[in-house]
Amino acid sequence: MAVLDRAPRGSRPNPSRPPAPAPAPGKRQFTVRRGLGLLGFLAPALVFVAIFTYYPLLKGSQMAFQQWNLFDLRNTPFVGLANFRTLLANPTFYTVLEHSVVWVVGSIVPQLLIGFGLALLLRKHFRFRGLYQALVFFPWAVSGFLIGILFRWMFNGEFGVVNDLLRKAGLIDTNIAWLAEPRLAMFSVVVANVWYGVTFFAIMILAALQSVPDELEEAAALDGAGKARTLFFIVIPFIRTTLLLTVLLRVIWVFNFPEIIYGMTGGGPAEQTHIVTSWMINFTSQGDYGLASALGLIVVGVLVLFTTFYLLALKERDAR
Amino acid sequence: VIGTTSPPVRVLRVALLALWLVITLFPLYWILVTSFKEPGSIAAFPLRYLPETWSLANYVSLFEKSQFGTYLANSLLVSLTAGAVATLISLLAAYTLARFEFRAKGALLMAFLVTQMIPAFIALGPLYVMMVDLGLVDRLGGLALLYVAMCIPFCTIMLRGFFENVPDALEEAAMVDGCSRLTALFRVIVPVMTPGIMAAFIFNFVNCWNELFLSVTLMNSDQNKTIPTALNGFISSFNIEWGPMAAAAVLTIVPTMVMFALASRWIVEGLTSGAVKG
Repeated sequence: MAVLDRAPRGSRPNPSRPPAPAPAPGKRQFTVRRGLGLLGFLAPALVFVAIFTYYPLLKGSQMAFQQWNLFDLRNTPFVGLANFRTLLANPTFYTVLEHSVVWVVGSIVPQLLIGFGLALLLRKHFRFRGLYQALVFFPWAVSGFLIGILFRWMFNGEFGVVNDLLRKAGLIDTNIAWLAEPRLAMFSVVVANVWYGVTFFAIMILAALQSVPDELEEAAALDGAGKARTLFFIVIPFIRTTLLLTVLLRVIWVFNFPEIIYGMTGGGPAEQTHIVTSWMINFTSQGDYGLASALGLIVVGVLVLFTTFYLLALKERDAR
Repeated sequence: VIGTTSPPVRVLRVALLALWLVITLFPLYWILVTSFKEPGSIAAFPLRYLPETWSLANYVSLFEKSQFGTYLANSLLVSLTAGAVATLISLLAAYTLARFEFRAKGALLMAFLVTQMIPAFIALGPLYVMMVDLGLVDRLGGLALLYVAMCIPFCTIMLRGFFENVPDALEEAAMVDGCSRLTALFRVIVPVMTPGIMAAFIFNFVNCWNELFLSVTLMNSDQNKTIPTALNGFISSFNIEWGPMAAAAVLTIVPTMVMFALASRWIVEGLTSGAVKG
């Protein structure tokens, strides 16, 4: 980076003093003054993140091995792996894990496909593209929780607009109780999440598409490749890495994203739409942070494992 | 992109774009329409896609039955304060990260990124205890403090991307002219980066405005609730009153939506550059 071969700068240059000797090229010059200056700029951010993010995260991880209830703060003994055992012995844990997979895969795949399509449509400039993007952007200004509430209203079994539209289209004769039947409810929350996440993919993919050099496609066209072939054999390979990393980030994020479910079904009916992180809310609202933290650590473990395998698989394919 | 598109392709393209626009905006449209219906007609068949008579009754009852004005003011106060403070702190950190090389830099960026990926619930219990110890439970100031910390990592990463687009010759020139680094930063760089900084601030503001679980955990008394906490109360009640609920949703969405729309270009830029550069 440019800074490496720049002269060290303490504070303001003082004309009465001779200029500092130029450092050997490529060698990092460290002065106490400059070090302190750096630290001064970074310190507020570091202090905040250390105290209010890292400390509670570590402390919370410790709680996973404690009996720790908000309503019984005097009595928080270490209990080893008891919280983990409690969770593993609970059949709901496995349902919830399964639902997390359904939630992630069911959301990400359509988000990716629709988002890709939208990005392709937005690629070429048209007159109102800026306005269009600003409008399509709107879900992002709204919290997942509130999106959940909006969809709860639309999927309402009696007065929901979804039923009404389907009836008008002649697709159903009687109202469907979307949020009262477990499978349908799971389907409904996934629909809401797909709707919410398409924009993100569209924007990331659009940015990646714009990084594809025009010459590459022109060359392909000259060689007689059609649009579809150019897309699949030139464009997609070119943006593959960005695409795969975006998917990875999204998987992690969606796995950790309970707000829509919380707002839309609250995990119901009968706990049948919970994913791991929305189920965690049950424990925190009962004040049982020991169990919640244990569950949180399991989530971290699962995600770390997944990320490792994903990145390894990516590397292996690149090596081939 | 080369070649001309044939008319049928163009029509298809416009149709698909229009379809997605309708799908995107429909939920907003629906809550808006619901909020302006007369209370009796919300649950009446056939469903109407435009109110028969436009009515403000739901808004009136929202403000009568709850202290929604107070919640709005609380949310506004906390989000403005925390958003601004977080932007300022992140600005300094992002500048350092963009302009200097030092050994711990990679680790530091990683430490910031990782905070975005861990379930925040793990930290909820310790944060509550900490706030109790500091005497900040159920205080707007305490909530704002936590929101500042919540916003810093991503805001820093986003602003760093913007700084890297500003040539460093700019502040070097100012410093040769005798400015200190801090003065150079605020006199020369910040004015050039105003759109990016506004985008970062708006992003922070919206994040604070929307935050739910910290606020639910910390704010107990009615006069200190923020909007999401209040909404949580509304949907937790056995019988949701959808009229006032819709009005509340509209009042929650509109401010952030306007802000986002104004800054969408820069927010997009910040998000994509931040993510690509990691």
